Amino acid sequence: MSAANHHAAHDHDHDGHGESHGSLRDYVIGFILSVVLTAIPFWLVMSGAIADKQATALVIMAFAVVQIVVHMIYFLHMNTKSENGWTVMALIFTIILVVIALSGSLWVMYHLNHNMMPMTSHDMGQLP
Amino acid sequence: MNATTMDTMTTPPSTPAASPEQLTAAFYELEPHHHPEGASTMLGFWIYLMSDCLIFAMLFAAYGVLGGNYAAGPSPKDLFELPLVAVNTAMLLFSSITYGFAMLAMAKNQKGATISWLLITAVFGAAFLSIELYEFANLIHEGATPMRSGFLTGFFSLVGTHGLHVTFGLIWLFTLVAQISTKGLIPANKRRLMCLSLFWHFLDVIWIGVFTFVYLMGMLR
Repeated sequence: MSAANHHAAHDHDHDGHGESHGSLRDYVIGFILSVVLTAIPFWLVMSGAIADKQATALVIMAFAVVQIVVHMIYFLHMNTKSENGWTVMALIFTIILVVIALSGSLWVMYHLNHNMMPMTSHDMGQLP
Repeated sequence: MNATTMDTMTTPPSTPAASPEQLTAAFYELEPHHHPEGASTMLGFWIYLMSDCLIFAMLFAAYGVLGGNYAAGPSPKDLFELPLVAVNTAMLLFSSITYGFAMLAMAKNQKGATISWLLITAVFGAAFLSIELYEFANLIHEGATPMRSGFLTGFFSLVGTHGLHVTFGLIWLFTLVAQISTKGLIPANKRRLMCLSLFWHFLDVIWIGVFTFVYLMGMLR
C-alpha cells in the first residue's frame, strides 16, 4: 500500500517535467565519446590498419555496441529508474527479440544456402 | 475461532447504509485515478520506439541474408564512398548534440534559444538527407537500382527506411517550431519536444548500426 502511494506521489512530482533532460556535461561527454567511437572504426577500415579482415570486423562491431550504449546513456538518458523501470524492461524485451530475429534469420538462411544442391547454369536452363 | 467471528468475517457489516452499490465501491475502484494529462506519453512513445526498433531489426536481418547476393552486379566495394558516409555520419551526430542543446534551452524556458537550436538541428538533418539522396541518385545513375540484386534491394530498403524516418522527423521538427513560436513553451509543447528528442536520438542509434554493418563491413567483404 505504501509502495502504491509512493508511486502516485512520484508520478505527480514529475508532472510537467517528465524525464531528466540531461545536463550540458552529459551531452558534451556523449558527443566526444561518439566522435571518438565513430572515427576509430572509419579509420580502421579506410587505412586497413588491421590486416585481418575478420579481426577488423569484430573490432568495429565492438565499437558499434559501445557507441550504442553511450547514446542510450548520454543522449536518450536511459536509466533503471525512469518510469519505475518500465523503459528498461521494454528495452530488454526488445533486445531479446532483436537478438533472436537477427541471429535466427542469419543462421537459418546461412544453412539453407549451405545445404542447397549446387546448381550450374546448365541445370538452371533445365528447370520447368 | 468461534462461530460469531466467522460470521462477521464472511458477511458484510449489517449497518443500514450497506447498499449493493456501496459494497461494489468497497471492492472496486469506480472512480478512475486522476492522472495528469500526458503522464503516460513518454512511456508510450518509448514503447513505440521499441516497436520501430523491431522494424529495423527485420530490415537488418533481410540485409544480412541478402547482402552477399550481388547477382553478378556491383558489390559494396564498387559502390560505397566511405568519405561521403563519414561526412553523413558527422551531420547526424552534430544534429544530435544541437538537439540536446535545444532540450537544455527548453529546460531553462528560453523560447528563442530553443527555436534557434531546433532550426540548426534541422539544417544538419537536411544536410544528412541531401547527402543520402545524392548518394542514392549516383547509385541509380550507375545502374545500381533496388531491382539490380538482392544486395541492393536490402540496402535500399534498410537505408531508405532510415532516411524516411529522418524525413518525418524533420517535418515533425518544423511543426514543433511553428507550435512553439505561436503558443510558447507550454507543457504540451515540452512533452512533444521530449518525444521528438527520443525519436531523433533513436535514429542516430540506428545509423550507428547502418554505417557499421552496411558501409564499413561492406568494404571489408
